[in-house]
Amino acid sequence: MDAMIATFLIQDGVTSGAIYALLGLALVLVFSVTRVIFIPQGEFVAYGALTLALLDNGRIPPTISLLVCFGAVAFLLDLWDMRRRTDARTFLRSLGLNLVLPGIVYGIVTVLAPLGLPSFAKALLTILIIAPMGLYVYRIAYRPLADASVLVLLICSIGVHLAMMGLGLVFFGAEGLRAQPLDDANYTIGSLMVPAQSLWIYGSTIAIIVALYIFFERTLLGKALRATAVNRLGARLVGVRTQLTGVTAFMLAATIGAVSGVLIGPITTIYYDTGFLIGLKGFVAAIIGGLASFPVTAVAAIGVGLIESFASFFASSYKEVIVFGLIVPVLIWLSLSHTFHEEE
Amino acid sequence: MKNRFFAGVAAVAVLSLPLIAAPALADVTIGVTVSSTGSGAALGIPLKNSVELWPAEVGGEKLKVIVLDDAGDPSIATTNARRFVNDDKVDVIVGSALTPASIAVAGVAGETSTPHLAASPVPPNISKGKWTFILPQDAGLIAKNLFARMKADGVKTVGYIGFSDSYGDLWVNQFKAIGEQYGLKIVAEERYARPDTSVSGQVLKLVAARPDAVFIGASGTGAALPQIGLRERGFTGKIYQTHGAVTFDFLRIAGKAADNTIFASGPVMVPEAQPDSSETKQEGLAYVTAYEKKFGAGTRTQFGAHIHDAMAILKKAIPAALKTAKPGTPEFRAALRDAIETGGPFPASQGVFEYKPDDHLGLDDRAVVLLTAEDGKFELVK
Repeated sequence: MDAMIATFLIQDGVTSGAIYALLGLALVLVFSVTRVIFIPQGEFVAYGALTLALLDNGRIPPTISLLVCFGAVAFLLDLWDMRRRTDARTFLRSLGLNLVLPGIVYGIVTVLAPLGLPSFAKALLTILIIAPMGLYVYRIAYRPLADASVLVLLICSIGVHLAMMGLGLVFFGAEGLRAQPLDDANYTIGSLMVPAQSLWIYGSTIAIIVALYIFFERTLLGKALRATAVNRLGARLVGVRTQLTGVTAFMLAATIGAVSGVLIGPITTIYYDTGFLIGLKGFVAAIIGGLASFPVTAVAAIGVGLIESFASFFASSYKEVIVFGLIVPVLIWLSLSHTFHEEE
Repeated sequence: MKNRFFAGVAAVAVLSLPLIAAPALADVTIGVTVSSTGSGAALGIPLKNSVELWPAEVGGEKLKVIVLDDAGDPSIATTNARRFVNDDKVDVIVGSALTPASIAVAGVAGETSTPHLAASPVPPNISKGKWTFILPQDAGLIAKNLFARMKADGVKTVGYIGFSDSYGDLWVNQFKAIGEQYGLKIVAEERYARPDTSVSGQVLKLVAARPDAVFIGASGTGAALPQIGLRERGFTGKIYQTHGAVTFDFLRIAGKAADNTIFASGPVMVPEAQPDSSETKQEGLAYVTAYEKKFGAGTRTQFGAHIHDAMAILKKAIPAALKTAKPGTPEFRAALRDAIETGGPFPASQGVFEYKPDDHLGLDDRAVVLLTAEDGKFELVK
């Protein structure tokens, strides 16, 4: 092991760590606002990466049909809720959100996909397809359970995860895909070769962290989310609509997932079931952050990436054991240092 | 009232007639369990597709085929196998696509005296079972051919990287068992998992060990990750891949990185390039043409070919067994087993099967070809 290898490993670790950081942040965001441990987060990453890879081949990604189906199911659920009392406003709102929005996305993608767009436009298109899925997943699976216990929500998450993974197999097939990089240039810094894709990953992660910070500190909606995170009941009493904050959290999580997918798709082969493992590593970081702290999660994610990278060099057979073993001491520490109280 | 009662009894009796009559219908029943979902879906789906190409009847008997999904899970595979035997009264079981599930099926087959054609490699203790016959090439056979090629290429030190599962172990064990005979030494042994996002650490260690060649023990597009990583880190030596990597999806992902690589493969990937004298050419062409006509050009896989080969064997074995017993009976199953064991050779797409009482692997060097990749296509190494 020399300095050269060490720098390679650090670079590799930081690159994966940045992706885990994005996932960890999304998990903390969703958990703190809605108390949902959002296992399907990884599926958004896989959907994002696979959608981008198909767009690269000039094909129309099947995710748009999936989006339309999700919207239709959400609309039917809304109709069921409205069976007793209906007013034009809620009906039109539901119609617009659940049928017209996916319809528009469907239209845009079918027109634009075969045109051979520049890679940045394809990335944006991918995010446009995946982000609204967060909305529908919340509407279909979680909103009816909004007041359930953390355990019930966790079980629901596992169901959603399995369903989305199965749909991924149906729509994308069993073999892996690899997307084109946003920019395939390479920069040389000293002896270190840095691919432009890695710079995109670092840049996007930092940008998303900054954007989240501004959102939570400066906007009313962001503050409403924070209030919900601190105390759901209290937030409701002072007039925060917890359904709105829930939807927002899921939309943000899906968007972050899609961005992660777009970033990671070109550097590795993604399968329909890859998302779960990537998501779990983000989850390790989120656990270290106590499922509450954004900065600790981000730093821990970089740490997970670095440890993974060095473990793959020194003891590749035990890599996963080492990475997932990390949470054991953290859990012991958390259970010793915190006194727990049942929520609400 | 009484009339209605008798009417009811009569109705029940009439309705249950087909139930009593069902076993008397002498169709040959085949149970297929494959992993068309789960982590083995990439292997299981072509298997399932290939079943659709089976003929409707063999030796004048109609074929009744039942396909179930086991998701690669040994416990589901066991349930499927028991269902085949108890409810469907199958005459032969085919499957599964993954080794652990095949082991589970072999257990049920042995216990219930049902012939079993395994579509994945299994460890030696299973392949010695009386009722189980193996369709894919044994790792030892593939390794022998690859190692001989390495020796001919002047390779002395080998860096190994493979899956961190039984498939990865398989090849390390081959190196330990017979590598020395070919003058090969492992200088680095690395592992990774298929869903890993990066193999940079492992690749750096391989390159730092400066081996003459690298051997990759992985399958499908998962085998492309270290292949690309090695080329990115400037490894220019020869890379050797097992037959698990020989899929068109691999070439699509690996692209230029697949240059200067030797693949071991079953002959079904290149029936067009085989000489007319080759015994695998006719069956290979028949399978590949039928499969690609139905599922699109460039969709052939070696995995699916095992299903074709199962039928190539059964086409000869079923008529032989029909001479002694009726389908659906234990006697027929025993006769079918004997016909598979002694009725060879069976020329098929992946090799020529010739089972013997002490050898249920049944394949020889005719079942392995060496390939290179050029411009996104596999070419036969002369």
